[in-house]
Amino acid sequence: MPMQNEGSSAKVITEERESKPVGLARAFKRPTATTGLVGWLTTVDHKKIGIMYGVAALFFLIVGGIEALLIRMQLAVPNSELISAQLYNELFTMHGTTMIFLAVMPLGAAFFNYIIPLQIGARDVAFPRLNAFSLWTFLAGGIFINTGWILNMLPAIDKAVPKIGWFGYANLTSAEFSGIGTDFWVFGLQILGIASIVAALNFIVTIINMRAPGMTMMRVPLFSWMVLVTSFLIILAFPAITIALACLMMDRLFGTGFYEPVFGGQPILWQHLFWIFGHPEVYILILPAMGIVSEALPTFSRKPLFGYAIIVFSGVIIGVLGFAVWAHHMFTTGLSTIAKTAFALATMAIAVPTGVKIFNWIGTIWGGQIRFTTPMIFALGFIWMFMIGGFSGIMHAAAPADGQQHDTYFVVAHFHYVLIGGSLFALFTGMYYWIPKVSGKMFSEKLGKWVFWTMFAGFNITFFPQHFLGLGGMPRRTYQYDADMGLNTWNMVSTIGAFILGIGILLFFYHLVMMLRKGAPSGNDPWDGRTLEWSISSPPPEYNFAAVPMVTSRDEYWARKMIPEKKKLIENEKPEKSIHMPSPSWFPMIVSIGILIGAYGMAFLKSGYSFVGLGTLFWPIVGLLIITAGIYGWAFEGPGGYHLHPEEEEGSGGYRKKEPSDKSK
Amino acid sequence: MSQAVATHDTHEEHGEHPTCTGIPNKKMFMWAFLASDCMFFGCLIATHMVYRISPPPGSPDLQGILDIEIVSISTFLLLMSSLMMALSVHAIGKNNLKSFRRCILATVGMGMGFLLIQSYEWYHFVHEYDLTLTSSLFGSTFYTLTGTHKIHVIIGIIWLMTYYFYSFSGKMDHKSELDVEVAGLYWHFVDIVWIVIFTVVFLLEFVDM
Ligand SMILES: [Cu+2]
Repeated sequence: MPMQNEGSSAKVITEERESKPVGLARAFKRPTATTGLVGWLTTVDHKKIGIMYGVAALFFLIVGGIEALLIRMQLAVPNSELISAQLYNELFTMHGTTMIFLAVMPLGAAFFNYIIPLQIGARDVAFPRLNAFSLWTFLAGGIFINTGWILNMLPAIDKAVPKIGWFGYANLTSAEFSGIGTDFWVFGLQILGIASIVAALNFIVTIINMRAPGMTMMRVPLFSWMVLVTSFLIILAFPAITIALACLMMDRLFGTGFYEPVFGGQPILWQHLFWIFGHPEVYILILPAMGIVSEALPTFSRKPLFGYAIIVFSGVIIGVLGFAVWAHHMFTTGLSTIAKTAFALATMAIAVPTGVKIFNWIGTIWGGQIRFTTPMIFALGFIWMFMIGGFSGIMHAAAPADGQQHDTYFVVAHFHYVLIGGSLFALFTGMYYWIPKVSGKMFSEKLGKWVFWTMFAGFNITFFPQHFLGLGGMPRRTYQYDADMGLNTWNMVSTIGAFILGIGILLFFYHLVMMLRKGAPSGNDPWDGRTLEWSISSPPPEYNFAAVPMVTSRDEYWARKMIPEKKKLIENEKPEKSIHMPSPSWFPMIVSIGILIGAYGMAFLKSGYSFVGLGTLFWPIVGLLIITAGIYGWAFEGPGGYHLHPEEEEGSGGYRKKEPSDKSK
Repeated sequence: MSQAVATHDTHEEHGEHPTCTGIPNKKMFMWAFLASDCMFFGCLIATHMVYRISPPPGSPDLQGILDIEIVSISTFLLLMSSLMMALSVHAIGKNNLKSFRRCILATVGMGMGFLLIQSYEWYHFVHEYDLTLTSSLFGSTFYTLTGTHKIHVIIGIIWLMTYYFYSFSGKMDHKSELDVEVAGLYWHFVDIVWIVIFTVVFLLEFVDM
C-alpha cells in the first residue's frame, strides 16, 4: 500500500493535488527545507539517508563493542564475579543482536544507499520516501530493542533486557522462563525485519530498473550486483524469522503452544525456522562485503576485476545454496543420517563458489600496479582473515567433527573471523575507500595504517586463541570456568586482544574526526577509480549526475579516462537544464513512529504493568492509527517534486570540475 | 550556491523515465513483495503441516468438523472476485469510471462475502466444537494461518475501497491503471494463496492415505 502513489506514473495527478492539501496533509504541510534539522528528518535524498544509516550503525558498533569488552573482562580470569550471571547473559544476547542487526547490516545499508545510485548512474533510488521509511524504521527498531537497558534502571521493572541469546531458542523464550525483555527482542526484531525487507525491495527495483542507459546487467559494478543478490536473500529469508517470531508472540501473548511441549508443540521447529533465516543472514552480512572488496582491489591494482562474470555467478550461487544448508546449525539435534549428510555436503559445496571468488581476487591483484593504501590493506586483510574463517567453517561442515565443535569457543572463533575479519574489515575497506567521495576530504595514510594494524593485531590476538579454547573444551556462552581446566592463559590473551581491537576502533573514530575537520580536499577522483561514482564531484551534488551518463563499457569511468574516443562521447552528454527532484516528506518518519508506539504497546501487553494504558490494547491501536494515517497522508501527498538547475559551466557529467571546498558543508 | 531552486508550479510533463526493463517500478516492487509474501505463507503453511504430520494427543477429529461445502462456496466467491478485479483494471484503463466503480464494488463485495463466511466458520468452530486458538495445536496453526490470510484480505478491501472513493474526486483516469493493476496483483495473490490453504488445510484432511 505505501507505494501506491510513488513512482512516476501518478505524477501528473499528484502535482495537481499539491495545490490544495487536504486533511492531514495540511497538518503536515510538505516540507521544503533541504538543510537544517527538518531537512535531515524529512529528507528523501539517498545520500543523506546513507550518511544517517552510517552514523547510527557506527554508534551501535560502539554499543556492541562495549558489550563485548564487558564479556571479555568477565572471562579474563577463572571464576570471575565481575558482573552478575544475569547481566552476562543479557550482554551476550545484546552483543550478538546489536552487532548483526544494528551495526553490520545497517553499515552495509549505508553503502547500499549512498553508493548504489551513484554506481548505476541514477539520480536516486526507485522509491525515495520508502527509503527514508526504511531508515526511520531501522532506527525505531534499534531504539526499541535497547530500551531494556534504560527500563532496567527503573525499580518497577526488571528483566527488561533479553537474555536468550541472539538465536532466542525455544523454550528459553517461553513466558515461563523469560520476562518482558524477550518481548522487546521479539518486536524489536520484527521492526528491524520490516525495515530490511522494505529496503531490499527498494534496492531490487532500483538496481534492476534504474540503471543508466547502456548499463547492461553484465556492466553493473560488482558491489551493486552483490547488493542485488543480498536484497533477494533479505526478502526471501526474513519472512522465515518473521513467522517464527509471530508464532512466538502468539505463544507469549495469546497462550498458543507452537513451541510449548506441554501443548504438543516442538521447540525444534523454532530452530528450523530460525536457521532458514539465520544462514542466509550470514550471506546477507558477507555478500555486500565481498562486493566492496571487489571494487577496491581492481582500483588499487589498476587492473579490471579478474573474471567479472564468474564472480557475479559465484555470488548468485552462494545466495541460492545459502537456502539449502540451514540444518548445519543443528547437527547435534538428532537429525537423521541422510539429512546430516545432505546438509553437510551442501555446506561444503558453498566453499566452491567462495573459493572461486578468492582465486579471482588473487587473479585481480596478480601482476597489478598495487598501491598499498589504507582501503587496500583492509581489503587484503579481508581476503586473508575471511579465508581462515572459511577454513574453520569447512571443518564444522563435517557433521561428525561438528559434534566436537558445536557450542564451543571454536565456533565463536569461526564466526568472528567471518564477521569481523570478513564483513567488518570489508566495511572498513568501504569506509576508507568511499569516504573521500562522501566527505570531500582526504585522510592521512599514516594514521590509517595504524588503524589497520592495531585492529588486525587486536582481532587476531582476541580470536585466534579461541580456536584452542574451543577445542580444549570451553563451552560457548559460559559465564565462568574453573581455574584447573587449562583455559586460563588463552582467555587472558583473548581479553587483552579485545582491548587492542577496541583501541583500534577508537583510533578509527579519531581518524574519522581528524579527517572531517582537517582533511585536505579529496577531489573528484582521488583513487583513480573505475566506476561512475568517481566521475562526479565530492561530495556529489543533490541530483548526482547533471547529465545522465551513457554507459558503453564495464568500468565506464576508467574507459572514459583511458580511451580517447570515449572522451568525445562524454562531451556530447549535455547536462540537463532542469532536474526533477522528489520532495521531502514527513510521512515516512510518522509511519515509523506509529510502528514504534504500537510495538511498545504490544511488548507491555502481558507484562502486568498498567500505567498510562499499558497492558491494554490502547497503545497498539494508537500505533495502528498513526501508521494508517501516515500511509494515507503519504499516498495522497504523492511524490511531489521541485526542480534544480545545475549551472551550465559545470560541464558534462563526465568531467564536471568543481572543487569540494566550494561547498559550504 | 551554484544552483537555482525553483519550486514546482509548472505543469510541464516530467516525462516518465523509462525503466531499464520496461516494467514500471511499482509493478516490479509488487512482484518482489509477493515473492516475499510467498515465503511468509510458506512458513506458516509449513508450520501447519509439521503439526499435521505429528498431531499431539487431543487433536480434534478434522473430518468431523471441517465443512467442505461452505468453504468451497467462500473459495468460489474469492475466485470470482479476482475476475471482477481484472475487469476493474480493464475498465479504468478504458477510462470507464462507471464500470470501474461497479467492478470494484463487486470485487470488494465478494471479498466481504468471503470474510463473512470464514468468520461464520470461525464462530461455528468456537461454539460448536470448542476449537479455539489455545484448545489444541490444530487450533493454533489454523487460526494463525487463516487469520493472517484474513488480514491480507482486509488490507486488500481497504485498498480497493480507497480507489473506489477516490474515483469520485475526478482525479482518476486511465493513467491510474498502473496503480489499480498493482492493487490487483496483490488481490490475485491473496486469492491464489487461499487456494493453497484450501487444499492443504481443508481438502487434504479428506484424502485417505
Ligand atoms: Cu549457517
